Amino acid sequence: MNARHIGERILAVEDITLSFGGVQALAGVSFDVREHEIRAIIGPNGAGKSSMLNVINGVYQPQRGAVTFLGEKRRHMEPHRTAKQGIARTFQNLALFKGMTALDNIMTGRNLKMKSSLLAQAIRLGPAEREELRHREYVERIIDFLEIQAYRKTPVGRLPYGLQKRVDLGRALAMEPRLLLLDEPMAGMNVEERRDMCRFILDVNDEFGTTIVLIEHDMGVVMDLSDRVVVLDYGKKIGDGTPDEVRNNQAVIDAYLGVQH
Amino acid sequence: MKFLATQWPVAALAVLLALGLAAPLAIGDAPVGFYIEVLLGGLMAGVLYSLVALGFVLIYKASGVFNFAQGAMVLFAALSMARMTEVMPFLVALLLATGIMVLLAFAIEKAVLRPLVNQDGAVLLMATIGISYFLDGFGQTLWGSDIYNIDLGISKEPILILDGVFQGGILVSQEDIIAAVTAAVLVGALAVFFQRTPVGRALRAVADDHQAAQSIGIPLNRIWVIVWSVAGFVALVAGMVWGSKLGVQFSLSLVALKALPVVILGGLTSVPGAVIGGLIIGVGEKTAEVFLGQWLAKTYALAGGGIENWFAYVLALLFLLVRPEGLFGERHIDRV
Repeated sequence: MNARHIGERILAVEDITLSFGGVQALAGVSFDVREHEIRAIIGPNGAGKSSMLNVINGVYQPQRGAVTFLGEKRRHMEPHRTAKQGIARTFQNLALFKGMTALDNIMTGRNLKMKSSLLAQAIRLGPAEREELRHREYVERIIDFLEIQAYRKTPVGRLPYGLQKRVDLGRALAMEPRLLLLDEPMAGMNVEERRDMCRFILDVNDEFGTTIVLIEHDMGVVMDLSDRVVVLDYGKKIGDGTPDEVRNNQAVIDAYLGVQH
Repeated sequence: MKFLATQWPVAALAVLLALGLAAPLAIGDAPVGFYIEVLLGGLMAGVLYSLVALGFVLIYKASGVFNFAQGAMVLFAALSMARMTEVMPFLVALLLATGIMVLLAFAIEKAVLRPLVNQDGAVLLMATIGISYFLDGFGQTLWGSDIYNIDLGISKEPILILDGVFQGGILVSQEDIIAAVTAAVLVGALAVFFQRTPVGRALRAVADDHQAAQSIGIPLNRIWVIVWSVAGFVALVAGMVWGSKLGVQFSLSLVALKALPVVILGGLTSVPGAVIGGLIIGVGEKTAEVFLGQWLAKTYALAGGGIENWFAYVLALLFLLVRPEGLFGERHIDRV
């Protein structure tokens, strides 16, 4: 545990129930996230982790329950609106803009911060041009931070997987989010890439104070990184607490290791 | 060298086309002035194909929809323009017609794209075929089904240039020149818009990945309305140019079928590709029609006509074999 100041509750999900046809993905799940903390959601495959993230992000509309972010309560939401509220995310299966360079991908994250009118942009009026430059500076700082200076102008499709994951993170960071959702940030990475990604996540949390909710399979990673952990199994919450509490929770041990019948 | 090693079929095809283009001059039975006139005629037809192809490319780039209705949009826009210029000044009609195309974009987004979001490409294609038939019919319902004229106020009198250089000089239509300039300006503006502005970047983002685009706060619906409006405006320009040349009639809608080989040649995602593809096909089919036809007739006693009808498709087929992503299209290499 590090000594960061954990603040007030910033996000609360209450009694979220979500099903697709006959399949119940989430059943009455509630938990909260406090400002500046790193909150992990773990669980076996199919436990509903990604569904939970998508509910917070506004991709899925739960049948019951509500999400309260920064004091604003809602059930039905669209992703582009949660983005406006300050929620950014990365994707489990990369969802980068393949035709664009790494720089352009990260620049798209500044989209919401751009104020110039369409017409001003189209004819590249002075103020629009200056605004673009200002955003470019911010993006360059992110590029430095993620150590991808050399790949700025490379089309992202050509980058190795680990670097693509960094660009994905960079795009989310460019939004200057209050809350950052990371969907399996280490999936498919080798040991070295994992270590780098861990460092970036901790640094983001440390330097920018960004609140982070992450989904991860790698238990070691989760225990090292997170302040508090939610454990899901078959769409239900079976554990919630600090890594140590969760580690010693019998229900969690059963879910992960299986129970003897 | 690396290019030659990997892209030799494309290079071979290009050489073949160039030889075919130069053959009439080399064989020497075509007067130079006439030859150039045919070339110019081909370029002009090419500009018009490009304008229609542009509409395809815009919509495909930003929404991943292969818009079969682009031709119908050209006809619909031209019809509206033609009938409105009969009762009001040109500029007012132009503004109103632009407004109609924007309204159409809103309607299509609401009634078709929004309900079908995240559906398969084939489903969306079918939907645009539906839109296409609807527009063809609805245009007639609103505006009638005769042949109408759009008067752009340009003299149709051709001008004679280079009279002293070639025997007989070269006849160029003023209309054609203005159409070509208009197309060039439009294409330039669109290229800058897509590549250099934040909105253009947002459009490309939506084209690449809907979900990710939404997650960074780009509202899909608004982007679709913008793109379909721009495509509608491009259709209006194309419709005006074609319509003033050939009259506004149902066959305008079929021009879209010629734009298909153009986008295959140029690449579905490339604005410059649409232009260059259009020019290649325009020039290619005109010279093939005139000179290859003549040659076939003379040498093998064939009728020699009709080459114009199939040339574009055969060329597109060849391109599909050697370079399926088109000249400037994005090559997607998927990890397996």
